[in-house]
Amino acid sequence: MTALLEVEDLHVWFDLQDGGELHAVQGVSVGVEPGERLGLVGESGCGKTTTVLALMGLLPPSASASGRVLLEGKDVLAGGEASMRPHRWTDVAIIFQGAMNALNPVQTIGSQIVEAIELHGRARRTAARVQTGELLESVGIPAARADRFPHELSGGMRQRAAIAMALSCHPKVLIADEPTTALDVMVQAQILELLDSLCRDFGLALILVTHDLPVVAQLCDHGAVMYAGEIVERGLVDTLYHAPRHPYTRLLFAATPDLGQEAEEIVSIPGAPPRLDRPLVGCPFRPRCDSAFGPCATARPLLRSVSDVQSAACHLNDLHSGAPG
Amino acid sequence: MSAQTTPLLEVDDLVVHYPVPRGLIGLLRRRPQLAVHAVDGVTLALQPGELVALVGESGCGKTTTAQAVLRLVDPVSGSIRFQGDDITELGMRALRPLRRRMQIVYQDPYESLDPRLRVQATVEEPLLIHGIGRSRAERASLVRNALARAGLSPPELFLERFPHQLSGGQRQRVAIAAALVLDPQLLVADEPVSMLDVSVRAGVLRLLEELKASGLGILMITHDLSTAARFADRIAVMYLGRIVEEGPAGEVVRNPQHPYTKALLSVVPRRDPRMRRRPQILRGETPDAVRIPSGCRFHPRCPIAIDVCTTEDPSLRRPDATQSPRHRAACLLA
Repeated sequence: MTALLEVEDLHVWFDLQDGGELHAVQGVSVGVEPGERLGLVGESGCGKTTTVLALMGLLPPSASASGRVLLEGKDVLAGGEASMRPHRWTDVAIIFQGAMNALNPVQTIGSQIVEAIELHGRARRTAARVQTGELLESVGIPAARADRFPHELSGGMRQRAAIAMALSCHPKVLIADEPTTALDVMVQAQILELLDSLCRDFGLALILVTHDLPVVAQLCDHGAVMYAGEIVERGLVDTLYHAPRHPYTRLLFAATPDLGQEAEEIVSIPGAPPRLDRPLVGCPFRPRCDSAFGPCATARPLLRSVSDVQSAACHLNDLHSGAPG
Repeated sequence: MSAQTTPLLEVDDLVVHYPVPRGLIGLLRRRPQLAVHAVDGVTLALQPGELVALVGESGCGKTTTAQAVLRLVDPVSGSIRFQGDDITELGMRALRPLRRRMQIVYQDPYESLDPRLRVQATVEEPLLIHGIGRSRAERASLVRNALARAGLSPPELFLERFPHQLSGGQRQRVAIAAALVLDPQLLVADEPVSMLDVSVRAGVLRLLEELKASGLGILMITHDLSTAARFADRIAVMYLGRIVEEGPAGEVVRNPQHPYTKALLSVVPRRDPRMRRRPQILRGETPDAVRIPSGCRFHPRCPIAIDVCTTEDPSLRRPDATQSPRHRAACLLA
């Protein structure tokens, strides 16, 4: 059986003004199945947003990509815009952090969604308006509010409108890039609940891009931790938390305060991620790692499976079968 | 922190309103002047060496409270006492010497630092403004001490750098150093880590913890209950311009008494995927602060409200189900 969406060995380079190149994504492979929820986690600059922009075919002209993006077995990256275009929004849709930026400020939310439906030839006029009303209701906006402008809505309602628009062509995969970062906790909870029900009720696959580990722990089945342009560990969120096999995953959790664990030491990770405009030697995480040893300085560890449900890119896993640290 | 010492900061029944512009037509038609009730009766105390977290959603008035405490906005009524002295009515000139004793660190170190100034100049600027340090050498040594106190050591490594040559965590430490160089007694930290990457947040928070241990009083504004629970001595939860619950951090987190606090705590995502709970999600959004609901201002969203809640405005008092004498909640049913 072919996977719904599969990314294989994705690389993205950005041309820099001084003539150099920034290797933002360095061989990422991920996939999702219908109804599956994958969390793509990492700090700023780790390449998580670039990864999802690449698989939407939305990279800026200064970027070049290689690898394969397979939608139900068909490579949509190879043919460039021509091969991506029929699938964007109809098969894969995306919502961004600042919903205000995704919406046209001088058009009502309803007419923007009607436009999206008509443009993709899914319905016309009255039928499109009826569909828009249903879409808005399905994300928790009363249909009567279709004639509101984005600025008349609160941040949470705008994000709901952006989700409704992303769903207008019934995509199979929804990518959510930091969908709740600018929102208050209560509104965040409402949006996460909505995403959860969309996956459950419609079998929508979700790729959630975030820096917020607890959000992934609560909403996703699988997680992929990115560092310096590559996935350093992936697996079920439960194993990532309870039995991490990469020190970065373990340290990232340890740096996150948790309600109810107030006695616990919260430790930051010293140093900063490496620059990606020059070749990396050895393990990219080695300078910040608390358990680096011999081979880490010279050999770059590859992402290898350490169990049925987990892979990690760490030399410690070659050394012994237990969890590192 | 004995009760006998004078609190560093005492805020009593503070009220701050922002007028809503009426426009010419509104003025001519004599429409009533409306106001945003940003802060609507806040009472708060902070001891030296104590970290109090002011928690709440956007628009609840936590930043306005902090600005009023620093006298950056003028209150309509209520009083602010700093080290026992009433500073509510002080004029600009009289405030100036006080300003060096109360400093603020903002949320975004990418915005709060002047990109054209080297670290040395950024941290020295407050000294020049307040006329502290007679010689350049004296100021330079104060700057180095402040950088070291903010965890940027050795200071020589950072003095000549520009903000763009620093990481986010280092930038925030420079902003903290620029506040510390005046040797303040009160530090207001407005969302000090929310713009920083997870891996460096803990370092900045632990710096605040160290500063607190050296006697600094810190008022931290945050929307992150997990951070407040871990790093604050006391938590004050704000809703629509009022503190609705306040008490020792552990007590508020483990034994919340106000339904708003309970709901807020229930929606905080946990690190452990096995700790998935049914969050108690409040419907709708915070009403706007122009038209405050009657009675208890939380009643339209409250899951347990009864008839009396629509008419009676509860005040902060010690709830029945609490062990701590310093735990207070503003709920008729607590």
